[in-house]
Amino acid sequence: MTGPLENLDAVVEELLDQLAAFTSVEELDAHEPVLAGRRSPLAALQKSLGGLDPEARRDAGARLQAARTRVEAAVEGHRRRLAAAERERRLEADRLDLGDVVAGAVPDTLRAGHPGLVARTQAELEDVFVAMGFRVAEGPEVESDWYNFEALNIPPAHPARGMWDTFYVDLGEPETVVLRTHTSPTQVHLMEAAVRDGSLPIHSVMPGRCYRRDTPDARHLAAFHQVEGLVVDRGITFADLAGVIETFTRAYFGTDVDTRLRPSYFPFTEPSAEFEITCQICRGAGCRTCSHTGWIELGGCGMLDPAVLEAVGIDPDEWSGFAFGFGIDRCAQMRHEIADMRALTENDARFLEQFS
Amino acid sequence: MRAPLSWLREFVDLPDDVGVVRDALDDLGLVVEGLDHVGEGLDHVVVVEVREIHPIEGADKIRRVLVDAGGDEPVEVVCGAWNFEVGDRVPLARVGAVLPGGFEIARRSMRGVTSNGMLCSSSELGLSGDHRGLMVLDPERATTPGEELRDALGLAPDTVFDLSVGANRPDAWSIRGVARDLAIRFERPLRDVTRRTPSAGEPTSVLAAAVIEAPELCGRLTVSVLRGVRVGPSPAWIARRLELAGMRPISNVVDASNMVMLELGQPTHPYDLDRVAGATLRVRRARPGETLETLDGVVRTLAQPGRGLGDTGEDVVIADGEDRVIGLAGIMGGADTEINDATTTVLLEAAHFDPMTIARSVKRHGLRSEASTRFERGVDPERALEAVGRFVALLAESCPDLEWAAAPLDVRGEVTPPSRVVLRPGEVTRQLGTEIDDDVARRLLEGLGFATETVEDGIAVTAPASRPDVRTGAAGRADVVEEVARLYGYRRLARRTPSWPTPGGMTERQVLRRRVRDALVGRGVLEAWTATLVSESHVRRTHPDARLIRVTNPLAEDEAVLRTSLIPGLLDAWARNVARGTGDVRLAELGVVFTHPDDAPGRTTRGGEGGLATLALPRETEHLTVVLGQRGDDARTAVALWRVLADRLRLEDVVVRAAVPPVGWHPTRSADLVDRASGALVGRVGEADPDVVTPLLGPAPASRVGLLEIDVDVLSDPVRTRRRPDGVVVPSRFPSASIDLAFVTPDGVPAADVAHALRGASDVVERVELFDVYRGVGIASGERSLAYGVRLSAPDRTLSEGDVTRAREALIAAGERLGARLR
Repeated sequence: MTGPLENLDAVVEELLDQLAAFTSVEELDAHEPVLAGRRSPLAALQKSLGGLDPEARRDAGARLQAARTRVEAAVEGHRRRLAAAERERRLEADRLDLGDVVAGAVPDTLRAGHPGLVARTQAELEDVFVAMGFRVAEGPEVESDWYNFEALNIPPAHPARGMWDTFYVDLGEPETVVLRTHTSPTQVHLMEAAVRDGSLPIHSVMPGRCYRRDTPDARHLAAFHQVEGLVVDRGITFADLAGVIETFTRAYFGTDVDTRLRPSYFPFTEPSAEFEITCQICRGAGCRTCSHTGWIELGGCGMLDPAVLEAVGIDPDEWSGFAFGFGIDRCAQMRHEIADMRALTENDARFLEQFS
Repeated sequence: MRAPLSWLREFVDLPDDVGVVRDALDDLGLVVEGLDHVGEGLDHVVVVEVREIHPIEGADKIRRVLVDAGGDEPVEVVCGAWNFEVGDRVPLARVGAVLPGGFEIARRSMRGVTSNGMLCSSSELGLSGDHRGLMVLDPERATTPGEELRDALGLAPDTVFDLSVGANRPDAWSIRGVARDLAIRFERPLRDVTRRTPSAGEPTSVLAAAVIEAPELCGRLTVSVLRGVRVGPSPAWIARRLELAGMRPISNVVDASNMVMLELGQPTHPYDLDRVAGATLRVRRARPGETLETLDGVVRTLAQPGRGLGDTGEDVVIADGEDRVIGLAGIMGGADTEINDATTTVLLEAAHFDPMTIARSVKRHGLRSEASTRFERGVDPERALEAVGRFVALLAESCPDLEWAAAPLDVRGEVTPPSRVVLRPGEVTRQLGTEIDDDVARRLLEGLGFATETVEDGIAVTAPASRPDVRTGAAGRADVVEEVARLYGYRRLARRTPSWPTPGGMTERQVLRRRVRDALVGRGVLEAWTATLVSESHVRRTHPDARLIRVTNPLAEDEAVLRTSLIPGLLDAWARNVARGTGDVRLAELGVVFTHPDDAPGRTTRGGEGGLATLALPRETEHLTVVLGQRGDDARTAVALWRVLADRLRLEDVVVRAAVPPVGWHPTRSADLVDRASGALVGRVGEADPDVVTPLLGPAPASRVGLLEIDVDVLSDPVRTRRRPDGVVVPSRFPSASIDLAFVTPDGVPAADVAHALRGASDVVERVELFDVYRGVGIASGERSLAYGVRLSAPDRTLSEGDVTRAREALIAAGERLGARLR
């Protein structure tokens, strides 16, 4: 074959030989224009095609392009190999046998750490409830629709399902797996376990993280923390519920704090109530935070709906009980007057350092 | 729901003090979420007529307006609205007026023009939400320039409660329903409203037809024919009521329908009779493929199964005499049969539909209406014709010739009969813990329309048709007791702090978590909280091949996947602090990470409708992860921190074992943490891969970051992670002896294994501690010298020289068994 590309294969081989000689990425980068770039012999050959007739030029152009692609691929491959080798060398030079670390020889500065605000608030609340005779239980964050809704007396298409802005998880049939919207499914797990083990009564609180599909703002985060309380025992009445709410709010917020219950609706309790405490900002005098009512809503509660008890196999004629739930983050927000809840997940050291 | 006080007062006499009414509503569970005072702040607001409008030089947003305010001279004002013309009558707030919200009108000068007051929009006067321009008064209304606006419009000051009504109070989704609760609370009679009755003469059956083809979905269908209709505007008082309640007046017919719905809770649907084929309304299921253009102009495909759980795609529709779909029952009518200006005869539907079916259709079509909101909670099937009577009375105010054809059509389908429960003697007291007399309970219930009678085993209570939420059996008794408690007043109920013999307490894991936290905090660690929902690329930083667990409906694409590790979130948080100049910190998080059930067996649980399906849920693992980013921190710091933690948690022996770490970790500066006895992998210690850290830092200088990751599930399991026994050893009171031993040890033998062997070499060994590692001159490559300090003691004697020598020999022999030679 004659013509400008007569020696193309030889040129390519020559380039690949040159390439193989480079032993560092830096060296390769420096020489790339000579191998595959503007100063490459391939670029020079490109220029020499001008004199050919159109058809020959098209053929020659294609061959040249193929050659260029081959060289470029070889450069890339070699660069990857060199980079991997360099990383390997770097890491090898860095090697440290952690089994040989002499603990006493590791320097450390004395500095205070700080627990998370939510964790600390949760611990304080747990302590209050433990002192009142509650055990602390936990449950998973991903739940089935059954535990999050239906076992709590909220069947599919029940208008009350709209009360929770639910995140659904792409598992199983549509809308069967959810990020729990409240800690209440843990109630159902506890009751099922107690029935299984014959270990009724239950006196438990269940703290945990929950999720609602709600655009975060100064007052809400899509992830938040709740404490749920559950008592199933003989002879439990609404008066016991009101008393427990009153005792724990006084223990946590202070003895000058009053509570008030207001009728409400939750599918899993009957009668249901919202509970409010004396506004922490104005101490009951009335201010903007409490819409001049002197009260701030803290959570929901109620007597366990007999349908919920029956669904887990507890006889509502023998056992009765109550449940309550409220936001841990909200307690913290009230006590520390946090203007914007989003600070909680930003993890700015200047924020985190304020808690102890 | 918005409830104007004046409207409530039509039904019941209420105290003058609005605060008392508000408290009563709150206490009844009709929570007042907002309170609007309307018609206040109208002092010095007068009607004026626009005389001249002039541009102002150099201003393109405002104009100079001269208005006739009843005085001799026109008043000059500056106005920024453009929706009025010369001759229009508009409201003027004079200088000195204080508008609702406290805005005080003063004389102002703008671009050399004096503004002697302000021309107002309806929203500025607190009369409606309309702020699109000036409130231009209806020219047909007789007004005089200079007249007080309040007098001109007949506005009385009013209060509107914004109420939140629970899903268990279908009967309270109306003005009358709210008034009934208040009537019971204030012990005053509930008044009825003016209603018409059908006229005599030709029966409706001659004029129209009503058919229920799906009786299980439609409890009742009434069809009335109204002749002599003249479509036009509603009387002012009706328009005003609707506006106060938050609805826009449209025409007398539509307004009457809306009024009745707001007032009595019964939605009605008016059709133009001449446009309904065969004047026939037929309730049936939609057939697959049928379509309907609803009043909002959207063409909807019916009977398509939705993605909602258990949604079969069932839609209830209204069809005409030719079986053509003309309405989505209970939700929205069709465009073709809508009332228009030419309508003279109205076909009025007042019906009852199955709540669940309506709720599913609403969700599937994403179409909620005031009517559907009521139907999906349940309307009272017995009051359909009462509502029509009210509709006729309201429409007759603007249609003097209105006639309601005799014997309206009334077809019954299936309705769940009202529940009946028997309260055993003392049951109310037993549930509430407050002594409430049976007679008191009966009186409260009867006020709500419950029927009560004394029966052999207690009091039989039958719910009214307006309360489909009341169930039967134990649940129904709780429903009834709740009504008693609510009407009696939660504030009057007793409180008692219960006690029980079992002690409270936390699980071992919870206690352990607190110890971990305490130990970390003691070492300068800040506890962080990072996001559970992250992006795919976030997950890929540590798990390139993991199956993703996606959220179906994320708020944002970068919050669509459940995290598989706490490391990326903590590294990001640390890098953010570095960028803010606060990066000299250690961050830790205790949190759950998720594994797809196809990657590792997770939890199986029941789910789906009725809980009949078995679902595989993700495995949830609790991790403790620490990012050590304080100046000087590296893998060694992480190891030292782990030792502190292990000591604090009384772990028996968790050793650092060389291993190739997973993606994200520094491949040559990371190791596994393994429980020696069980072999369980407790966690991992080391450094973050520099190729992961460097890009996060941007312009900040490169830095090592120590990492510690602990599987709290393994850590809290005493079988997999052994604890030191509870029994403590009282230290010997006899002097101890210390010896140092340096062993040349092959690289493959972990220092911890040598220490372990030394500890077991003799029963006088009290403590073994690595204090130096040496490589270099005198030590062959592939080996290093490990120097241990060993303390020897015996509980019962001072060790003799011979004891020490024997122990030393045993220690050397123990080292040699592992290939470690005394140096």
